[in-house]
Amino acid sequence: MDNNIIEVKNLVKKFNGFIAVDNISFFVKKAEICAFLGPNGAGKTTTIKILTTLLKPTTGVIKVNGYNVISQSDNVRKSFGIVFQDQSLDDELTAFENMEFHGVLYHLPKKEAREKIEMLLKYVDLWERRNDLVKHFSGGMKRRLEIARGLLHNPKVLFLDEPTLGLDPQTRNLIWDYLKKLNLKEKITIFFTTHYIEEAEKIAGRVFIIDHGKIISQGRPEELKKTTKSASLEETFLKLTGRSIREEKVNGIDRMRLRRKFRH
Amino acid sequence: MEVIYILWLRQLKKYFRSRSRMIGSLAQPLLFLISLGFGFGPVFQRAGNGNYLEFLAPGIISMSVLFTALFSGIEIIWDRQFGFLKETLVAPISRLEIMIGRTLGGATVATIQGIIVFFISLLVGFRPVNWYSLPIALFFIFLIALLFTALGTAIASMLEDMQGFQLIMNFLVMPLFFLSGALFPINNLPKLLLIITKIDPLSYGVDALRATLINQSYYPVSLDFSILLILVVFLFIIGSYLFSKIEI
Ligand SMILES: Nc1ncnc2c1ncn2[C@@H]1O[C@H](COP(=O)(O)OP(=O)(O)OP(=O)(O)O)[C@@H](O)[C@H]1O
Ligand SMILES: [Mg+2]
Repeated sequence: MDNNIIEVKNLVKKFNGFIAVDNISFFVKKAEICAFLGPNGAGKTTTIKILTTLLKPTTGVIKVNGYNVISQSDNVRKSFGIVFQDQSLDDELTAFENMEFHGVLYHLPKKEAREKIEMLLKYVDLWERRNDLVKHFSGGMKRRLEIARGLLHNPKVLFLDEPTLGLDPQTRNLIWDYLKKLNLKEKITIFFTTHYIEEAEKIAGRVFIIDHGKIISQGRPEELKKTTKSASLEETFLKLTGRSIREEKVNGIDRMRLRRKFRH
Repeated sequence: MEVIYILWLRQLKKYFRSRSRMIGSLAQPLLFLISLGFGFGPVFQRAGNGNYLEFLAPGIISMSVLFTALFSGIEIIWDRQFGFLKETLVAPISRLEIMIGRTLGGATVATIQGIIVFFISLLVGFRPVNWYSLPIALFFIFLIALLFTALGTAIASMLEDMQGFQLIMNFLVMPLFFLSGALFPINNLPKLLLIITKIDPLSYGVDALRATLINQSYYPVSLDFSILLILVVFLFIIGSYLFSKIEI
C-alpha cells in the first residue's frame, strides 16, 4: 500500500443531486503513468479537481502522496503539479511573469527558478516571447506555457487534464518526450486524461476507462484490447462506451469550457 | 512573505497596465469636485458653513477610495472565470496568505487612486489646513481602502458571475456614498438620516479624513479610528472564511 501515490476509495461526487462521479476506487503506484480515458462528461475533470483539492468529495477517502486531500490538503498541494483542462494563466501578465509567479507560490529559490524558467521556456519555444503579454498568445502557445509552468516546481505527481488538447503533433511529441524522460529519471508519477486514444495507448502504462462517472474497465492497453477482443484501443473504447454522443447536463462554466474546446 | 508580496505586486502591475481604467475612474471625482464644489459653494457659504470645496474634497477622496476598493472584489470573479484562481488555489500556500495578498493589493490600488484624487482636488483649489497631517490622512485613506477591499472580497467570494456582483455593488455603493456625510455636514440632520449615517462605515472614514485634512470633525478621531479598525478586522475575518470556502 505504501507504494501507492494516489489512492481513491469509494469516491462519490454529486452536484445538487446529479452524480458526476459514481463510487469509483482506484490507485496509482509511484512512478506509474496512468490515463483516464472517457467521453465528454464522464467525470474525468471532476475527479482530477477532487484529487487536487479544488473540489471536496461528497463521500470517499482520497489520498495523494499518503496525505488525505481533505484533512491534509496543504501537504497534498505540496506534492503535485497540475495542468488544467482549461486556461489558468493570467492574460494580463507576460509569459515570464506567469512563470515567476508560479515559482514564488511554490517557494523555489530565485536563482533556481530563473534557470529553470529559461530552460523550460526554451524547451516549449517561448523564450523569445517571454516578455509578451499572454493575451497576445495563440491557443497552442498558451497551452505550451501552461505545461511549462506545471513542470516548474518538481512535483511528485503530475496531473494533466487533456494536456495536449489543441496542440499540433510535433508539439505533442515534444511534450510527451519530456514527460517520459522526467518519469524515467525523476520517478515522477503522471496521471493524465485524454480523448486521444493513441495517446493513452502509447504513453500510459495503465488506462482507466471511465464513463457516466464509473470506471468500467482498467488495465494495460494490451490487456484491455485482449479482454474485449478488439484490434485497437479505440475499438475497445467504443465497445465499452457505445457510439452515442453524450448529452451532457451542461452548466455555465462547462458551456464556456465547451466553447473554448471548439475554438481550438 | 514573498507570496504575499507577489500577489500584491500582481495587482499593482495590472493596475498600472490598464491606464484606461485608471483615467476613466478619475473623471467622476473630477466632475463631482467641480460641479458640486463650485455649484453648491455659494449656498454653503451663505449658510455660514465656510468653504464647500474644502468640506467636499475629503468626501470625494473617500468616494474614489470606496469605489475602487469595493470593485477590486471583481478581480476574484475575473480570476475565477478566466481560470487563474485555480492556479493560486492549488498552490501550497494558505488561503490566509492569498487573502492578505489580495486585500493589500486591492487596498494599495484604492489608496493610489485616493492620492491621485487628492492631487486633483489641489488643482481645483483645495488646500489642507496643514501639510504635516498628510501622513495621517494617508493612513486613514489606506484604512478605508482596506475596509472596503475586504468587503468587496467577501461579497465576490460568494458569487460566481459578474452580473451578480455588479447588481449587489449598485445596491451598495450609492447608499454607502450618499449616506456617509461625504457631501453634507452630519450635524443638524433629521434624526432618521443621522442614524443611517451612523450605520454607514464610510461616515467614519470621511469624518477622520476631514479631521486630518481640514480640522473639522463630528466624531472624535479616536472613535473614527477604532470603528474603522474593528470593521477592517471583522470584514477581513469574514472575507477569509468565505474565500476559503471557494470551490471551482
Ligand atoms: N460545478 C459543476 N456543477 C454541476 N455539474 C457539474 C459541475 N462540474 C461538472 N459537472 C457535471 O459533471 C459531469 C462530469 O463533468 P467533467 O467535467 O468531470 O467531465 P469530463 O470527463 O472532464 O468531460 P470532458 O471530456 O468534456 O472534459 C458533467 O455532466 C458535468 O456537466
Ligand atoms: Mg474534462
